[in-house]
Amino acid sequence: MSTDITKLSVTETVAAVAAGDISKANLHATWLDRARLDDLNALSWVADRVKLGGEDGPLGGVPLGVKDLFCTEGVPSQSGSKILEGYLPPYTATVVEALTEAGAPLIAKTHQDEFAMGSSNENCAFGPVLNPWDRGRVPGGSSGGSAAAVAAGLVPWALGTDTGGSIRQPAALCGVVGLKPTYGSVSRYGMIAFASSLDQAGPITRTVADAGLLYSQMTGKDPRDATSVEHPDSVEPVVPMDLTGVRLGVPEELTGEGVEPGVREAFEATLDLARSLGATVAPCPLPHAPHALSAYYLIAPAECSSNLARLDGVRFGLRVDPDEGLDGMYGATRAAGFGREVRRRIMLGTYALSSGYYDAYYGRAQRVRTLISQDFDTAFEDFDAIVTPTSPSVAFELGSKTADPLSMYLSDFCTVPMSLAGIPAISIPNGLSDGLPVGFQIAGPAFSENRILGIAAALEDGLKFDGSPAWIA
Amino acid sequence: MIELEPVIGLEIHVQLATRTKMFCGCEPVFGEDPNTRTCPVCLGLPGALPVINERAVDFGLRLGLALGCELADRSIFHRKNYFYADLPKGYQISQFDEPLCSGGFLDGVRIHRVHLEEDAAKLVHSSASGRIQGADSSVVDFNRGGTPLAEIVTEPDIGSAAQAREWLSLLRTTVKSLGISDVSMEEGSLRCDANISLRPVGETTLGTKTELKNMNSFRFVEKGIEAEIERQRELIQSGGTVVQETLHFDPRSGSLTALRSKEEAHDYRYFPEPDLLPVAVGPEMIKAAQDSLPELPAARASRYEDDFGLTAELAQRLAFNGDLGDLFEATAAIRGAGSDAKLVATWVNGEVSSRVEEGSDQTVEPEALAELLGLLEDDKITTAAARGILDTVIEQGGSPAALVESQGLEKVGGGDELSAAVDAAIASDPEAAAKVAAGEQKALGPLVGLVMKATQGRADGGEVRALIISKLAGS
Amino acid sequence: MIDRSEVLHIAKLARLSISDEEVDVLAAELSGILDHVEMISKLDLAGVEPSAHSVAQTGWLRPDVPHESLSREKALDQAPATNGEGFEVPPPGSGS
Repeated sequence: MSTDITKLSVTETVAAVAAGDISKANLHATWLDRARLDDLNALSWVADRVKLGGEDGPLGGVPLGVKDLFCTEGVPSQSGSKILEGYLPPYTATVVEALTEAGAPLIAKTHQDEFAMGSSNENCAFGPVLNPWDRGRVPGGSSGGSAAAVAAGLVPWALGTDTGGSIRQPAALCGVVGLKPTYGSVSRYGMIAFASSLDQAGPITRTVADAGLLYSQMTGKDPRDATSVEHPDSVEPVVPMDLTGVRLGVPEELTGEGVEPGVREAFEATLDLARSLGATVAPCPLPHAPHALSAYYLIAPAECSSNLARLDGVRFGLRVDPDEGLDGMYGATRAAGFGREVRRRIMLGTYALSSGYYDAYYGRAQRVRTLISQDFDTAFEDFDAIVTPTSPSVAFELGSKTADPLSMYLSDFCTVPMSLAGIPAISIPNGLSDGLPVGFQIAGPAFSENRILGIAAALEDGLKFDGSPAWIA
Repeated sequence: MIELEPVIGLEIHVQLATRTKMFCGCEPVFGEDPNTRTCPVCLGLPGALPVINERAVDFGLRLGLALGCELADRSIFHRKNYFYADLPKGYQISQFDEPLCSGGFLDGVRIHRVHLEEDAAKLVHSSASGRIQGADSSVVDFNRGGTPLAEIVTEPDIGSAAQAREWLSLLRTTVKSLGISDVSMEEGSLRCDANISLRPVGETTLGTKTELKNMNSFRFVEKGIEAEIERQRELIQSGGTVVQETLHFDPRSGSLTALRSKEEAHDYRYFPEPDLLPVAVGPEMIKAAQDSLPELPAARASRYEDDFGLTAELAQRLAFNGDLGDLFEATAAIRGAGSDAKLVATWVNGEVSSRVEEGSDQTVEPEALAELLGLLEDDKITTAAARGILDTVIEQGGSPAALVESQGLEKVGGGDELSAAVDAAIASDPEAAAKVAAGEQKALGPLVGLVMKATQGRADGGEVRALIISKLAGS
Repeated sequence: MIDRSEVLHIAKLARLSISDEEVDVLAAELSGILDHVEMISKLDLAGVEPSAHSVAQTGWLRPDVPHESLSREKALDQAPATNGEGFEVPPPGSGS
C-alpha cells in the first residue's frame, strides 16, 4: 500500500492492521521516524524501538505518546520538573499498562508544565513546548507536549491529564481532540499527582472516534486506585449522534465577558451548525460558575501542597544538602527542584490549609464545589449537554502571560467548572481565528462519555476541520 | 499546702495484626532485613495511591465494639501534614474529625475515640564511621512504615500511676482477646503515651498537661507517670508553673527530658485525604465484627466467680490480666474438675504474677504449674520448696516433679530424718530447748530455724514445732 | 493580604528555602491571588455541605491479601544516598 499511514486516523489504522494491509513493524518504524522529527520540544523521551504489547489487542499496535507524569518503569518520568530529572520509576501506571496490553505500546513521553501546573507549557523545567501552528506561541497546558505532538503528527495519539483543563485547553490551542473523562472512570495509579480530587487521565487525538477508542480501553475500576469506579456503560465505538431534538445548553457565565471575538465567532458558527443538524440551543444558567476559578485555585494548590511533600530528596529525585541537617536538606532540595509556579502554588495551598485559614479558604472552596455540582445537576435536567468555548482565547505568544499568574489562571475559566463537578467534557477543534485553532467544549453528566462523544462526532463531521497546517513536513 | 490530685489520660497505639499494611499489600514481618517489605505505596513514590485494608477496618470495629464505642456509619481519613524522615509522603494518613469509633467505656475510664492510621517507618540513628569528622547519619527502613495502627484515646479519667498501669493491662487483655494485635510492648505493637496534669483536689478545671512518651513496658508506664506526677507536684508546690511540653522518660536513670521543642507551632494542616473516599460502614460489617467478638474480660471475671467460686476481686484480677487468666484456666483444666481451683487462682495471682513481667515470654507453662500444685496439694513438697521450684521452672523450664526428684526436694515428715534433725537442733541449742521445755513458746523460733536449715526448707513448719514440743515435753 | 512574616512561616511549613527578595515577591503575588479568590467569601454558604469529591461519595475496601514487595535493590535504586540497606538522611536533630 502506498498511502502515507501516518495520515490515517488511528481508527482507520487499526482497521488496516486488522485487514493485514499494514504490518506492525512498518507501523512502528514509520512512527519512530515521525517522532524523531520533533523540533517543538514536545517529546521528552523517544523509544529506541517500540516494544510490542498485547499483540492482538483492540488498539492494533498503534503506538502511544504518554505525558511525562505517567510513571513508566525504567523510562524517565519527570512530570516536567527538575526535582525528578531522570527519575526512573520501578513501576508503570495502570492506564499505561492497560493500553500497552490493549495494543497501544509506548513510543514517546511528552513534555508538560511542571507537575501539570500551567496553561502554557512554559512552566516546564526542560524548556517550553512550541505550538506547531505558530512556533512563537504556546501550545497550551499542561498537556501541551501531548497536544502539540498529536497536532504535528509526531505520534498517532497521546495520553494527557486534566485537572482544571489540562487536556482540553491544549487540545483547543493545538487544533486536536481532547477528552477529560468522568472523575474516577480512569485509574490515577501511577500518575504523578497534582490535585488528587481533580486529576483525570484522558486521550488527546486527531479524531473524536480515536478519542473514544482510546478511552474505551482506559476506563475501569482499578484495585490500586480507591477513587476509581467501574463505568456503568460499556464505552462503544463512536458513531455520530443524530442531533435531532438534542438539547444543548449555553451558560452565559462561561460564554460572555472575556471570550475573544474570534473565539466567539467560531463558537456561534458551531451553534448554528448544531441547530442545522436538529439540535436545540438555549441559555442554561450555571449561577455559581463564576466562582469556580476561585474554588479551584484554593482546592488544587491545597492538594498539591500536600501531594508534593513527598518530593523530599530521600527516596528518589534531586537532593541538595547544604549540611544543615534534615530540615536544611528539605528546604534546599525543594527550593532548587521546584520551579516558580510550583513554589507559588505550594505556598498558596499551604496557606489555605493552615491553622486559622482552613475554614475561610479550603472549607469554603469545598462548599462552592458542592454548589457547582448542584448547578450542573439542575442544568442536566433540561439539557443533554452543555457547550462553551474551550478556551477564551487562541494560543497566545510565548512569554505574554508569564509575569502575571492571575491572567494565566483566567485562561482556565471555561474548563474548571466541569473539573470541580467531576463530569466529562470534550474539546474539538471548531475552526480558526487568525489562522490559529479554536476549541469547542461539550460537557455532559457523569459517565455520559458515549453521549458527548456522539455529539462531538456529529459536529466534527459538519465542521470538517483541517489540521494539516500543523503537520511537520 | 494545697493537696493536688493527678489527672491522667492515655493515648495508646496498637499495631493491628493484619496480614498486609494499612494501605498496600506489603506484609510487614518483625525483624525482617531493612527495606525488603516496601512498594511504591508505602515508599511514597510519585503516583502511588493508598487503598484501605478491609481487615484493618474490621479490626477497628471489633475494638470499638469491645470498648462500647459508637461506630460511625461514615468515616473519613485525613492527611496530617508534616515533614520527617520516617514519613515518606510528607503526611500521615490518619483520622481527624470523623473517626471510626467514638465514645466508650472500659472499667471506669471513658474512651474518647478510636481511630485508624498508618505507622511511621523506622529511623535508625547511627554515628557512621568513615564519614567526615564525626558527622553522623541516619538511615530509614520503611518495612514498618504503613503498618495499620488503631489509636485509642481515653478521657482524663485516671487518677494514679498504678491505676494507669492496671487499666493499660486490662486494655491489653481486651485487645489480645480480640485477636487483632500481638500487643507486645517490647516489640512496639502496643505503645502508650500519657497526658498528665495536676489540680487541687475538688477543682474541676484541668491543669496544664504534659505529654509523656516512650514508655515501653508496663513497669515504665507506672514509673514514668509516677516520676512526672512528682516532678509537677514539686514544681507547683515550690511556686512554679507547668509548661505544656512533650517529655521522654528514661527508665534507666528515671529522669524526664523535654523533647526538642519545635520552633514553629505544630500546624498539621489536616484535610480530607483526596485519594480515598469516605468509608461506609454497612450493617454487614458491623454484624461480622459483632459475631467475631470473644468473651470480654468483665464477662470472664463473672464466669470465674460462678464456675470456680473465686472471690470477685480475685476473679477480676485474673480476668483483667489475660495472661494470668489464660494460665489460670489452662492450669485448672489440666488439674481437672475435682481439684481446688482456688489454690490455682491464688498461686497464679500471687506467686506467678509477682515473678512474671506482663507480656513477657519468660513464664511458667500451665502443665508445669499444674504439676507443681499437684505436688503441693498431695503434701509431697512444702510451700517454701514449691516457691523455689517455681523460680527454677520460670527461669529454666523443666518439670517440677523431675526437679523434686533430682534435687531431693520432697518434703521431710514423720520419718526418722525429721526426728533426727529435731534431735540435733535440741542438742545444739540446749538453752532454747530448756526455755521451750519451761513453756516459753518464743524460744521455739531458733530451734525451728535450725531444723529448716538442716532440711533445706523441705520440712513443714507446723510439724516441726509439734515435734519439738512433744520431744521436750517428754524429756 | 499576606505579609512577610506569614510568607516566612508558610515557607517553613512547606520546607521551601526562600531568598529575601523572593519573600516580597511572593507576598505580593499571593496577596493578589487571594484577593481574587476571596470572591467566594461573599457567597452565602450556610447549610451547604463541603464536597471532597464530586462523583462517588463512598468507597470500597481492599481485601487483606499480600502482593509482592519490591526487592531492596529496586527500592533503593533511585535514592540519592543509601548505605546499601537503607535510605540515608541528614541527622534530623542538627541544623535549623
